[in-house]
Amino acid sequence: MTGPSSRVVRAFARNPVAMIGLVLLAATGAVAAFAPVVAPDSYDDQNVRARLKPPLWRSPAGRMYALGTDPLGRDVWSRIVYGARVTMSVAAAGLLLGGGVGVGLGLLAGFAGRWADALIMRAADIQLAFPSLLLAIGLIAALGTNLLTLLGVLALRSWAIHARTVRGSVLLVREQESVLAARALGAGPFRLAFKEILPNVLAPLIVVSTAQLGALILLESTLSFLGLGIQPPRPSWGNMLSAGRPYMTVAWWVATMPGLAILAAVLGANLLGDGLRDALDPRLKL
Amino acid sequence: MGVSGLAIPPGLRYVLGRIAQLVPTLVGVTLFAFIVIRLSGDPTSVLLPADASETEREAFRRAYGLDRPILEQYVRYVGRLLHGDFGVSLFQGEPALRLVLDRLAITVQLAGTAIGLVMLVGVPIGILAAVRRGTIIDHITLSLVALGQSVATFWLGLMLILVFAVAWRLVPPSGYGTAAQIILPAFTLAAYYLAVAARLTRSGMLEVMAQDYIRTARAKGLSEWLTVFRHALRNAFIPILTVLGIQIGELLAGSVVTETVFAWPGVGTLVLDAILRRDYPLVQAVIVVLAVIYAVINLAVDLLYAWVDPRVRYQ
Repeated sequence: MTGPSSRVVRAFARNPVAMIGLVLLAATGAVAAFAPVVAPDSYDDQNVRARLKPPLWRSPAGRMYALGTDPLGRDVWSRIVYGARVTMSVAAAGLLLGGGVGVGLGLLAGFAGRWADALIMRAADIQLAFPSLLLAIGLIAALGTNLLTLLGVLALRSWAIHARTVRGSVLLVREQESVLAARALGAGPFRLAFKEILPNVLAPLIVVSTAQLGALILLESTLSFLGLGIQPPRPSWGNMLSAGRPYMTVAWWVATMPGLAILAAVLGANLLGDGLRDALDPRLKL
Repeated sequence: MGVSGLAIPPGLRYVLGRIAQLVPTLVGVTLFAFIVIRLSGDPTSVLLPADASETEREAFRRAYGLDRPILEQYVRYVGRLLHGDFGVSLFQGEPALRLVLDRLAITVQLAGTAIGLVMLVGVPIGILAAVRRGTIIDHITLSLVALGQSVATFWLGLMLILVFAVAWRLVPPSGYGTAAQIILPAFTLAAYYLAVAARLTRSGMLEVMAQDYIRTARAKGLSEWLTVFRHALRNAFIPILTVLGIQIGELLAGSVVTETVFAWPGVGTLVLDAILRRDYPLVQAVIVVLAVIYAVINLAVDLLYAWVDPRVRYQ
């Protein structure tokens, strides 16, 4: 590790808020990755004798339901675990898609000629000038509720901010002495882009992506809650919450627990993003 | 003055330039609404009731020029929008624009109350946290800000119903009409923006309070609160207002979720019902109306900002 990176790591590790964020997000990721190990049941195992049982309920056979059961007698904890799998992978895929397109277009806007820059940035402006939920609703109304549309919606939500961030950093870095020197020494455009510019673009990019992950988890959950995202029986935190809603007065836990899972994951991403921002660049403000 | 001068003052030039920026945005919005209907297949199958006969479909195609080139169709569509013709709701048989505007009035009540909360609660909390920086008040504020920015709106709404309407019976759980019924949805809708407002106000105040003239004000013996109100607040307020202004448009669109949770009969429940019934003209109308409002609010905020802070106009 070189000097500056170890300074960043130390600043990050000493920040309790960042560490809380890292732990929350890592825990959510681990639960999602090892779902079959962590969950006692599958997400659709029903048990008519154990319907709407409260948290910590013990079945006659001695089986403990840590977070209770839902109207179909399914273990809420198991469903949250498998819901983590769905929600986190959909959000991550949307982020990769939107981030990838955004980084590509941002680099293009920063490097290529003026008209490409103007075109891409105007498109980003229009995108950002449009409420994301409204865009999602329009697209889903037209294309129906399917995974591909959902991913497209999430990618649309995040490409513009990535493109803007990357372009901004490229413009800043392009005229820096080290880059000018590399260019003067005859470095080609690819060497310049990957060796000189990308490392400098990386810091703000990581900060933006982390914050976007939280936003995408929220957007997916919201759409699934509205019935426009992941469809049952496939579990997502949003559709679990919506299914538990009619039973709220008799079984508060069915709708409450998935909401806590959303809170933990989004809080994790947001705190981690804040911590990374403080560690990577104290001057950077979002 | 040269030929290019044309004696337009820079202030006016800024205003005109900013208004001109509205054009690509509006083109983008209408293009989106236009394409969305075509993405879903044959427009007559989505714009007419399912039981329409083939002759009806043919008549519709001719009346709306669906047999013409696509660009001409788009221009005609925009032309109809400009004349206030947003199509007819498939299920209610009424002009879509009128349905949207009726419901919009109800949404604006909710959004207006939420914005009031943001200004009257979020901003003062941010000031307090900045002045009492590093104290327990500041820490609690920062924790609430982090939670407020991460919580799912619909979940917060349900939890508020559970506690304040079901358990304590202080307010009705949902519905529209009485003053008590607006409290929970307004707070739910405002929560995220309360957090944003408190955070922005706090950081804005801290930045301003580190400036030289604040130190001068303190040095000449002004009390802490007088310094805050007479000198710091005024300078911190402009950027706060700008960001909040932009958020107001998001808040209108975000009311879809809050309205669903509280059965608030605004434009949000309207559009969701419209999607479930595949009432495309109505969905289209909601999208265009809300997006136009959003763009106009952003424009107004920018112009207001430039008016308050003249440096913007010359950039």
